[in-house]
Amino acid sequence: MLVLQAIIEGVLVGGFYALMAAGLTLVFGVMDIVNFAIGALIVLGAYLSYSVCNHLHIDPFLSLLITTPLMTGLGMFIYVFLIKPIKTNRVVMSLLTMFAVATLIEGILDICYNSGFVQIHASYINNSLKIGKLNFPLIYVLSFLLSVFLLGCLFLITYRTKFGRSLRASMQNPVAARLVGIDTDRVSMITLGIGIGLAAIGGMVFGTTNAFNASSSYDIISRLLVIVILGGFGSVGGALVSAIFMLVIQDVVAVVWSPVWGSTTFYMILILVLLVRPQGLFGKKGVRAQ
Amino acid sequence: MSTDITTSQRPTPPSYEVPKVYRYGALIVGFFALVIFPLVFNNPTISTIGVFAMIFLMAVTGWNIFSGYTGYIALGHAVFFGIGQYATAMLSSYWHINPGMWTFVLIPVSMILAGIAAIPIGFMILRVRKHTFIVLTIALMFIFQLFAYNLRSWTGGSQGLEVGQPGWDGSVFNLPYYYVGLFVAIIAIITSFMIRRSKFGLSLLAIRDDEDRARSLGINTTRSKLIAFIISAVFLGAAGCIYAMFVGSVYPQFSFDPAFDLELSIMAFAGGLGTILGPSLGALIISAAQQYFLISFGGANVFLIVYGALFIVILRLLPGGVVPAISDKWRSHVVRKEQRKLDAEIQGPAEGGAKK
Amino acid sequence: MTLLGVNNISKSYGGIQALRECTMNFQEGAINGLIGPNGSGKTTLFNVMTGYETPDSGTVTFRGNDITNATPDEVFASGIGRTFQLTRIFPRLTVIENVHIAAQRQGFLAQLRQWSQPDERARALESLDFVGLTKLSREPAGSLSYGQQKLLEFAFIMVAEPKVMLLDEPAGGVNPTLLKHLGGRIKELNKSGVTFIIVEHDMEFVMGICDQVSVMHQGHALLEGKPDIVRNDPAVLEAYLGTDMSEAE
Repeated sequence: MLVLQAIIEGVLVGGFYALMAAGLTLVFGVMDIVNFAIGALIVLGAYLSYSVCNHLHIDPFLSLLITTPLMTGLGMFIYVFLIKPIKTNRVVMSLLTMFAVATLIEGILDICYNSGFVQIHASYINNSLKIGKLNFPLIYVLSFLLSVFLLGCLFLITYRTKFGRSLRASMQNPVAARLVGIDTDRVSMITLGIGIGLAAIGGMVFGTTNAFNASSSYDIISRLLVIVILGGFGSVGGALVSAIFMLVIQDVVAVVWSPVWGSTTFYMILILVLLVRPQGLFGKKGVRAQ
Repeated sequence: MSTDITTSQRPTPPSYEVPKVYRYGALIVGFFALVIFPLVFNNPTISTIGVFAMIFLMAVTGWNIFSGYTGYIALGHAVFFGIGQYATAMLSSYWHINPGMWTFVLIPVSMILAGIAAIPIGFMILRVRKHTFIVLTIALMFIFQLFAYNLRSWTGGSQGLEVGQPGWDGSVFNLPYYYVGLFVAIIAIITSFMIRRSKFGLSLLAIRDDEDRARSLGINTTRSKLIAFIISAVFLGAAGCIYAMFVGSVYPQFSFDPAFDLELSIMAFAGGLGTILGPSLGALIISAAQQYFLISFGGANVFLIVYGALFIVILRLLPGGVVPAISDKWRSHVVRKEQRKLDAEIQGPAEGGAKK
Repeated sequence: MTLLGVNNISKSYGGIQALRECTMNFQEGAINGLIGPNGSGKTTLFNVMTGYETPDSGTVTFRGNDITNATPDEVFASGIGRTFQLTRIFPRLTVIENVHIAAQRQGFLAQLRQWSQPDERARALESLDFVGLTKLSREPAGSLSYGQQKLLEFAFIMVAEPKVMLLDEPAGGVNPTLLKHLGGRIKELNKSGVTFIIVEHDMEFVMGICDQVSVMHQGHALLEGKPDIVRNDPAVLEAYLGTDMSEAE
């Protein structure tokens, strides 16, 4: 029974990671950028929601109406001022730039909020959903539903809109996309905006389900990177599957064996998988001779 | 056809490098400055900064031997830094080493252990490239951190371990650490220099530019990368050992610290990734500045902000680093001088590259 | 005498059969042309011969030794050098460093000695002279023009003194003057005993320079012979014109 509970909880939490990983992988696909700052940005989103909720006394879900546009703007700002000017060695330079952004954000948050742990509050935070003998925190269920909804939106945007078509074109071949008149700069800017806007939502979810402080970002980013790598860089479907898969495994190991080994297993799986398939579970083979 | 026309009277192309006099001059001045530094500034606060600068000097130089030359940006070298620290802490209590000069024996031991650990690790992670590699190194560091937390009977878990400190007088306490650190750092720099000018180093640079091409030219890329990886790990092990002895304690979150890797890469980038002395310069300046900030402002968070902002500025303005920027300046200086000479000699366009 | 041979090589990527039971022999001392429509498997064949791809079945032999499973560096060390369709040089290293990379040394200790040994330096400069790039030897290779990069690639393969040179579309994107120059160099090297295998779409170049031309079609060898014979063979025309469309999906 405990195992079943762990599996379902893994799926519920996995939804959040899947959403974040989808944002990460989209950004990577379009711009070849590993958004290393996503962890810090999620924590920033969490703190923003926390402040908004405390000051305006509104529901965390409502706070998203304020924080998401803010963070989207921040994403576009980062693109225009930090990413776009990079000319050479883009993969590595952008990764380091995002690393620097992460450090900057972490430092600022640490000063503004001290380093004590906080959690976003809502009246229903301790309620839970009972199905038979299983018992799920309501907030997990709600955030899972939100994640699924947003993933659906993301899917519709990518596959059913004109912007989505430009986006997919830019992912597959940026040079050719520019040749046929797609403004890849604009696409990149909007994509990074979306990617970081998602972090605002992710932050709210993270902040309501976990106690956090400024350095929680490392925990998030390391997990997300593992998920994205495992799913194969640039593959949204892969990210979704591996997010759920990893979180379920972690939760099951935590229940069956011991919580301390849950996250270790997480990383061990990554190494084992990469030994067999260096391109990840769902990634295309990256390197060929020509 | 007409091959021998070009062969015989070709002019030797001019050297664009900064002349040896300047380069070696700067090196010698720098060396003496480092040697007399703690004697001039004998205030323990200042020489503490010096010891940290030495630790980072050897760490960054070691890191650059792998990441700078091969272009594989490793953000998990804290693994070897941590191995050096834990090896020092565990062995000094296991062998009952009395705190004092004998503790320094642990430096070569830590180096060897870090080198040995680098073999299987390198073997695993060097199979992947680019961003996957970067991320894998980070993941590896977290694995080690988790092990340090979880294997309590050996590592003490989050309680950490103590390293006994000798009862030297405060005024000279820092000196042995400083000079031993300087010694190892110089060995690291010499190693880096020897590698850069060797055939082996050239193949590492070839790997940085185009790994597949390098393979097709007979370079055993796997072996070259692995050897560079091991060498760089060895110096990180030494850095960890001195750090542990100097600070006197090891904790999982400080031994396997993601910020440490960030620091290494910022220092190397600021100075000039892949150059011999650039990373050293970056290490000295930035680590000294960091310690100074820590001492004068307290909390680490201010420095995180400074660090982040500084890194962004460096990446924007000097993406190649300080040292390459200087050699670029010199290069354009030489080119302009030549151009003027040519213009004086021949009136009209000084174009000679049209014979194909 | 056969120097380099492939026997019954098959290789497929997913559903696409790039090579099907391809058998081909290249003679020592000849300039061999390898032609065929797009997608006929020429580059794949090169990749298989130089160790970049492992075939699904079949063998590659070089001087009677089986090199099917050798890695690219082993293949190169055994005396087979190749160029790539899109030139691949080391852009951030200088021209002369580029040439030094390919110079082979035996044993690991030799690797630790300085890269610019006098004898190697002489050889490197010689090969740069051969392609006319000496003047640019201290420039970063990335600043050369495309044609010059092709010549540089040619030069650094040469310095390793391979027995066979595999050139993948040496004429692509090279201007006519430079191409003539390159053709001259190939013939000269050939006289000194180097065997060439050239994949090329520029028929004039191939027919002008090659002693022997092999035609590939849909992953296997269609025929081989003297340039004149190949040029007038109806099967070749058919391969180029008749079925090209159906392959272009």
